[in-house]
Amino acid sequence: MTTETAPTGAITAPAKGSEMTLIGALRANMRDYGLLLALILIMIFFQYFTNGVLFKPVNLTNIILQNSYIIVMALGMLLVIVAGHIDLSVGSVSGFVGALAAMLMVGWRFPPEFAFLANPFVAGAICLVVGAAIGAAQGWLIAYYRIPAFIVTLAGMLIFKGLSLAILAGKSVGPFPAEFQLLSAGFIPDVIGPTVLSPAVAAVPASDGVAAVAAVPAVTLHTTTMVIAVIGILAMIIFSMRTRSRRKSRGYDVEPFSLFIIKNVVITALVLFFAYMLATYRGLPNVLVVMGVLVAFFVFLTKRLTFGRRIYAIGGNLKAASLSGIKTERVTFYIFAIMGALAALAGMIYAARLNSATPKAGQGLELDVIAAVFIGGASALGGVGQVAGAVIGAFILGVMNNGMSIMGINIDLQQMIKGVVLLAAVFFDLYNKNKSA
Amino acid sequence: MTKTILEMRSITKTFPGVKALSDVNLDVREGEIHAICGENGAGKSTLMKVLSGVYPHGSYDGQIFYNGEEQHFRSIRDSEHKGIVIIHQELALVPMLSIAENIFLGNEQAKSGVIDWDETRDGARKLLRMVGLSEDPNTLVTNIGVGKQQLVEIAKALSKQVQLLILDEPTASLSEKDSQALLDLLLEFKKQGITSIIISHKLNEIARVADRVTVIRDGRAIETMDTDQITEDRIITLMVGRSLDDRYPSRVPQIGETILEVKNWSVFHPMHRDRQMIKNINITLRKGEVVGIAGLMGSGRTEFAMSLFGKSYGQKITGEVLMHGKKIDVSTVGHAIENGIAYATEDRKTYGLNLIDHIKHNITLANLPGVSRMGVIDDLTELDAANDYRKRTNIRSSSVYQTTGNLSGGNQQKVVLSKWLFANPDVLILDEPTRGIDVGAKYEIYTIINELAAQGKAILVISSEMPELLGITDRLYVMNEGRIVGEMPTSEASQEKIMRSIVRAEGKAS
Repeated sequence: MTTETAPTGAITAPAKGSEMTLIGALRANMRDYGLLLALILIMIFFQYFTNGVLFKPVNLTNIILQNSYIIVMALGMLLVIVAGHIDLSVGSVSGFVGALAAMLMVGWRFPPEFAFLANPFVAGAICLVVGAAIGAAQGWLIAYYRIPAFIVTLAGMLIFKGLSLAILAGKSVGPFPAEFQLLSAGFIPDVIGPTVLSPAVAAVPASDGVAAVAAVPAVTLHTTTMVIAVIGILAMIIFSMRTRSRRKSRGYDVEPFSLFIIKNVVITALVLFFAYMLATYRGLPNVLVVMGVLVAFFVFLTKRLTFGRRIYAIGGNLKAASLSGIKTERVTFYIFAIMGALAALAGMIYAARLNSATPKAGQGLELDVIAAVFIGGASALGGVGQVAGAVIGAFILGVMNNGMSIMGINIDLQQMIKGVVLLAAVFFDLYNKNKSA
Repeated sequence: MTKTILEMRSITKTFPGVKALSDVNLDVREGEIHAICGENGAGKSTLMKVLSGVYPHGSYDGQIFYNGEEQHFRSIRDSEHKGIVIIHQELALVPMLSIAENIFLGNEQAKSGVIDWDETRDGARKLLRMVGLSEDPNTLVTNIGVGKQQLVEIAKALSKQVQLLILDEPTASLSEKDSQALLDLLLEFKKQGITSIIISHKLNEIARVADRVTVIRDGRAIETMDTDQITEDRIITLMVGRSLDDRYPSRVPQIGETILEVKNWSVFHPMHRDRQMIKNINITLRKGEVVGIAGLMGSGRTEFAMSLFGKSYGQKITGEVLMHGKKIDVSTVGHAIENGIAYATEDRKTYGLNLIDHIKHNITLANLPGVSRMGVIDDLTELDAANDYRKRTNIRSSSVYQTTGNLSGGNQQKVVLSKWLFANPDVLILDEPTRGIDVGAKYEIYTIINELAAQGKAILVISSEMPELLGITDRLYVMNEGRIVGEMPTSEASQEKIMRSIVRAEGKAS
């Protein structure tokens, strides 16, 4: 701490308004790229060892559906962990809310004047409010009574585990109305109409036409999915170019143009690839749209909202934050309320996917969610963590689950491997940090 | 002539950038009570840490002879083994363990790892009797007062067959009665042949118990004298006798109307409801004025400032704060900031900065509305602000994206100052703004303070370094035991005068 300038971990910035060096820019974002690279490597690994099953459109769609509720909860858990807390109750709360949804829509017989409560949209809204209220109640105890989050949410875990059992009377309740099932099982409608690609025409000489068509069947694309993907890519490119030129015009360093191009090309290629994969199956799942909107919002929240900044400040140094005028209790309270609402949404997605609510639903999910956030680079001490990291962390776990299941690896071994991956991710994080400090 | 039990020869101890001790010689005679006095930061505690092995042999220069043999203490354990026991200012007791458990902590009365509770309790009871405590050894330490805790510490020292007992400001947190009891105990030990070193700046205590006094100043032992030669004047001169050179940037104060008035401010201890920490303080600050609060450690300066800043310290706070003649609400930190008060804490690492985040985020934290609209941060506006303040306060870093934990103390302090400047307060309270930073950075901080004053802000500086207060302020308050015991224009102030008001107040209190 005695050096006047510590070069480590800092971006070496030359003259103002110029481009940073490629190495400097890469190093500054090493952790983010590294994590994404790890995910891609893991996917390629399983693509190879599952004999190409992993990247089959139906399987990719499955991975998204299987992990959507983890990712939804990981967003809230990221805020909780960055603020220096933990939430062990999310699995049980999601299970309880799934059970509540089932009882509202299917299980309970309402008198005619209250029949509207069984409407899937009304019931869904009630579930979200109940989830937020559960989170708020826990957050209130944590923030204002300073009971450690570990204890409050451990108690919450037991309470809501018991409550789901109680309201379901120990039985599975289902099936759900068709509208509700669409949350997990639905895909966006192809409003434009399908596009049929006939590779036979392009790729094979006409003389051998008949045999080629038999070997390579025509591909039917979900056009709307592709259009949305392209619009999304264009929006991203325009937005990042505007940000870049705005920074430059205000006299700030920007990443080198080469890196800028590479980054956008890689992202474009990845998005197009996955969109194409989804489009050849049934298109964008509804739940992916929900997820996408939530992820975008949480990135915005953590990067640009004062609320997000305050969460990082609280996790980084609680005392300094409160001496800077931040209402630390209120922020903590809101974080847990948000977590509760997300757990409720996840519970509904889970129930809709199973098409029934079971007393065991959601149990143990909290551990997957917490693991995803830590694999994604969040610090157990608080103050550090990114939304993108948590999402990638969740996908790393999800792809491993999926790949190992396809490979037929036993569940016992799967558990151990996941444990080792979690440990390794955190180990490398700390190792890198110590090396650069 | 009595035997010399301890001799420290030309002890020199350097910390990065600071020479804490230079060529200090100290000799202590067997069976005497030897007082060491000096200002805060003079090097008293450092010297004792060298002696007790907290700073191991090899991390300092010089020699230590104890009972005629040269010693190479590598840890506290080594020195305790030889019968040297130090009792620190902050007590090292475990509050939720019993008195007996604390006394034998690390030295358990056990046979092959199994604690013999009868032995523990009996031993504790015996030791407690020696220090004049009749408490049940099973009582938890948290349930006894500070005075008695101090005695438990001494009992713990006795359990280690102490020959040389070192007490670092033992009476700083004690009431008058407890202090008397403690000093009597030292005299009792003296009869039993235990040698003591007592670090204190309370002259009446020194005069009462000590045989000889060594005055330390600026890391040097200035003089050792017998108690009968001591006069208040002599000690004060020796303690503070240094001249003010141009370590302080000059400035022409332009003082305007009163900005801040604090009236009848009283605060009670956050844990002990009956202990009044701040007693009826009245102060005023004027536009463009730099005002200092002088006082010894523990005089309540920080507690006063923090209680003023959103009631961040204490309970049962009473009194009024007037800004520009109007009563303002300072009940939360947020309100205090909105009403134009800023407080830069004395402990920048624990209370001032988010050390894992970078400079930019730290600078804007106290004024996020200043860089955002409807709760959405404009990142370029924020970057502009951060760069602006980085330049203005001359923070030396590669960019505003450098993690504050990697900065030097001086630059960290500039980040803290930038944060509060960006909050644009009318009144800025700076608590020990230059603690632990090197001379060059100090000068820069003083320059920033001068600029702020020139802009018409009112600045309240709390500092334990009297030359600093004399060098940069326009007016001084002297604080002691939660009261303002003196006020003077800096032009008429001197270290002697400040010390005198503190010592007089101590005398009055005792």
